[in-house]
Amino acid sequence: MNWIDIVTIMRDEWSIIGILILLLAGEILVDKKQLSMLIPVAIGLFVLHTAMSFIPGDKATLFGGMYRTNEMMHFMKAILNVAVLIILFQSYDWVKTTLLPNGMANAFYLLLFAVLSGMYFLISAGDFIMFFIGFELSTLPIAAMAAFQLKEMRSTEAGIKLVLLAGLASGIMLYGISLMYAVTGTLYFDGFLSAYYHEPLLVFGFILFLSGLAFKISLVPFHFWAPDVYEGAPIAITSLLSVVSKAASVFILMILLLTVFKDLSDAWKMVLYILAVLTMTIGNLFALRQTNMKRFLAFSSIAQAGFILLGILAGGAVGAATVIYFVLIYVFTNLGAFGVIQAIKDESGKEDMTDYTGLYRTNPKLSLVLVLALFSLAGIPPVAGFFGKFFLFSAAAGKGYYILLIIAVINVTISLYYYLLPIRAMLLRTSEHPIPAIRSSNMMRIGLLICVAGIMILGLYSPVYSFVLGLTQSWL
Amino acid sequence: MDILTILIIIPTLTVLALIFAKGQKSYRTISAVGMGIQTVYSIYLLTRYLTERAEAGGETMLFRRTVEWFKPWNINYEIGVDGISVAMIILTAIITLTGVFVSWRVKELPKEFFVSLIVLSTGVFGFFISLDLFTMFLFYELAVIPMYLLIGIWGSGPREYAAMKLTLMLMGASALLLVGILGLYYHSPMVEGHHTFSMMAIAQAPMEHMDQLFFFPFVFVGFAVLGAMFPFHTWSPDGHASAPTAVSMLHAGVLMKMGGYGVFRVALLLMPTAAHEIGWIFMILAGGGILYGAFGALRQTDLKYINAYSSVSHLALVLFALLLMDVVSWSGSVLQMISHGLITALFFALIGMVYERTHTRDVTKMGGLLKIIPFIGMMYVMVGMASLGLPGMSGFAAELAIFVGAFQHSGTLERVLTIMAVLSIVVTAVYILRVVGKMLMGPVTNEAFKQMDKARWYEKTAAIILLACIIGIGVAPGGLYKLINESVTPLIELIQKGAL
Repeated sequence: MNWIDIVTIMRDEWSIIGILILLLAGEILVDKKQLSMLIPVAIGLFVLHTAMSFIPGDKATLFGGMYRTNEMMHFMKAILNVAVLIILFQSYDWVKTTLLPNGMANAFYLLLFAVLSGMYFLISAGDFIMFFIGFELSTLPIAAMAAFQLKEMRSTEAGIKLVLLAGLASGIMLYGISLMYAVTGTLYFDGFLSAYYHEPLLVFGFILFLSGLAFKISLVPFHFWAPDVYEGAPIAITSLLSVVSKAASVFILMILLLTVFKDLSDAWKMVLYILAVLTMTIGNLFALRQTNMKRFLAFSSIAQAGFILLGILAGGAVGAATVIYFVLIYVFTNLGAFGVIQAIKDESGKEDMTDYTGLYRTNPKLSLVLVLALFSLAGIPPVAGFFGKFFLFSAAAGKGYYILLIIAVINVTISLYYYLLPIRAMLLRTSEHPIPAIRSSNMMRIGLLICVAGIMILGLYSPVYSFVLGLTQSWL
Repeated sequence: MDILTILIIIPTLTVLALIFAKGQKSYRTISAVGMGIQTVYSIYLLTRYLTERAEAGGETMLFRRTVEWFKPWNINYEIGVDGISVAMIILTAIITLTGVFVSWRVKELPKEFFVSLIVLSTGVFGFFISLDLFTMFLFYELAVIPMYLLIGIWGSGPREYAAMKLTLMLMGASALLLVGILGLYYHSPMVEGHHTFSMMAIAQAPMEHMDQLFFFPFVFVGFAVLGAMFPFHTWSPDGHASAPTAVSMLHAGVLMKMGGYGVFRVALLLMPTAAHEIGWIFMILAGGGILYGAFGALRQTDLKYINAYSSVSHLALVLFALLLMDVVSWSGSVLQMISHGLITALFFALIGMVYERTHTRDVTKMGGLLKIIPFIGMMYVMVGMASLGLPGMSGFAAELAIFVGAFQHSGTLERVLTIMAVLSIVVTAVYILRVVGKMLMGPVTNEAFKQMDKARWYEKTAAIILLACIIGIGVAPGGLYKLINESVTPLIELIQKGAL
């Protein structure tokens, strides 16, 4: 294990840390008047970083097993990069108008990239210490960013709620990890369970550990923090939480359950089954009543997380492939929806569904992006969401989970109702005072365009799924 | 490019042309031209099909093509047609074309209207040529969702409610269908070591009887909801009443037939032993639906509701005949699908024309219209005759075939239901003639109506095309019946072979 290996294998991590250092230096050294220059620099560097992450990675372990990676994990990081990149494009206007005058723009990017680096370590963790470092690093800075919507009480409330509850969740999780350590005597993932897998103390520790992760994925009944935090935080952070953070936690949950905790599967399958049913159903039922678009998408993403659990339950290379594929599509879909909401909020300050009435007459293209995103969320062909859902359900059916499948498809139908509500407001109804025509900035347009491209192409273009399946097959 | 995929390419190109076009008049012209080409092409397909059929050996499906799509799942873009599919394709093309004509003067967001309409028809065409369950399901959902926009934006009355109810019920049905399709995929015997979505493969080797019993209700109900089977028909009256004219035409004329088509192509063909064992439950529902729809229509005073319930009744007859699973009944039910499709499309077109002039659909408020709008009135009388099964019109040929086939079954249940079905003709006659008498004959009740426009060229065109088909099939049903019968016979043979 020499220095060259460390740099090339961990190139994503080094790259993002390099960007962080550059931005930090810029913060300190650059003259205050010229700080606005840092924004395009940050975005430009990140574009390079994302492009570089598409060079395939290899299977490797470092630091005695604390850090491990393979092609699949590398692809997961690439997905996270694309997601953050889209968020960067879409939040550009907001950063420029709200944060920059207060000198917080650079802080935003620093915290954001720190969160992303935490997610890298989370996914590449080879033992529980690295996992916990990644877990904390990918949660706590978001709490600070949640309070960035200055002069709004809800935003500060969101930040505090997140910090407190995240602290609670990680404390419980750490306790669980320590109990598991007490039983097995090792923190390394490799061969973690070996002979101890039915020790009651281990199972107890595992449940506590799972609760911490469930908190981060906002599964029901660990979701209570989500609606208020999602609503209070600025839209960019809501997207970060409900898309990127969720994606990363789902990835590591899947990796851990299918490899490290494989022998405990009769325990966690039952737990996951119940969590899936609760999450899908309650997420849906609550989404029915929401009119604030951020809360609406928050509950929608809670319900979608429930669907993802079906893929993890199915397990195997196929189940894992459907999970990654679905998350990939979910990223583009949700960021598309959030992007539209951000664009509308930037221009008009409105984020309630009733204000969207008649939007199609004044902003046809923007409405259409939201319509496409909503169709994809509902799972309607020919957009990608249909394929993501179908394959997920197919994986679950393949393992015989027909009752769960029936509950899932009933929930899909219920969710269609509330996904049609914004469409109803925008297209079916007209208003005396609709939101006037919005001219989005180029950055926002690029962000939205990437999302639309993803939504339209990722489903119909079959090599994407085959590629993902190849990754999981070589992993398992 | 193969002969069948062009059926999807033409509407897609039309949609693209619409998206880039500008100007009110151009939208309807592009749509009319596009659908006109599609109609001509489907007739060309028919001629090619007939020549191929004459030469072909024992192949049930012609013009087949398989393109690998998702290899890991063994999902393929697999297409092919037989006589039944070709007939349904021509039906769809004609109704879409006449629907475009009837919508000639749509005022609000015309571009979006025609785009939605043609996207819908693309879904339908894709549905009828699909031989792979996944592909068929994709096209099925593609056809359902534009309904929400079409009814919600361009409809009348409680359109939001009707649109939402229709969409949720149909998508709920497709959710059940999804469960059934996945069941078919995983429980049918594997082909070359893989599960398959291919309908042809599964038909040759159906799954275990116990598995069939579990999944048959899902697939049957999934399609039967679209076919407005009692008691899942409740989306239909409100949906039809609130929809704009062309949408009602397409929906009652074509989409509901997709339900019937799906029932026999997927539910009955791929799970025949379950159909034999538990089909009687659904037969009772269908048989009940025939009379329920007829009596429901009897009570209505709103023209569209009358026609909607009438459609429920006629489609229940189709489902009933399909469940009998013999050659004559099946041929009759396909013929009825086509015949009723044309008849109901013409009905809705005429109702739309009347509504546009009188601004009411209430029969009690109208009278003596035959004097004021003679063309429309006369057309209405003729299509009414067709609907109650007057010989010389397509309805008679279809219903005759169904009843002949039904009477061959001597079981008590089948006998009772058949007799009920035949009695429904009387009820149909009552509500049709009552409307004709009340609305068209007699003195003019509302003086203001005397100023109404006579029928315009595009309305006449649509009506004449549809009526010509109805009379053509009625006077010379042999050709169409042979087309259908030739394709039904091997299917029934396959079912009966599997049942042994």
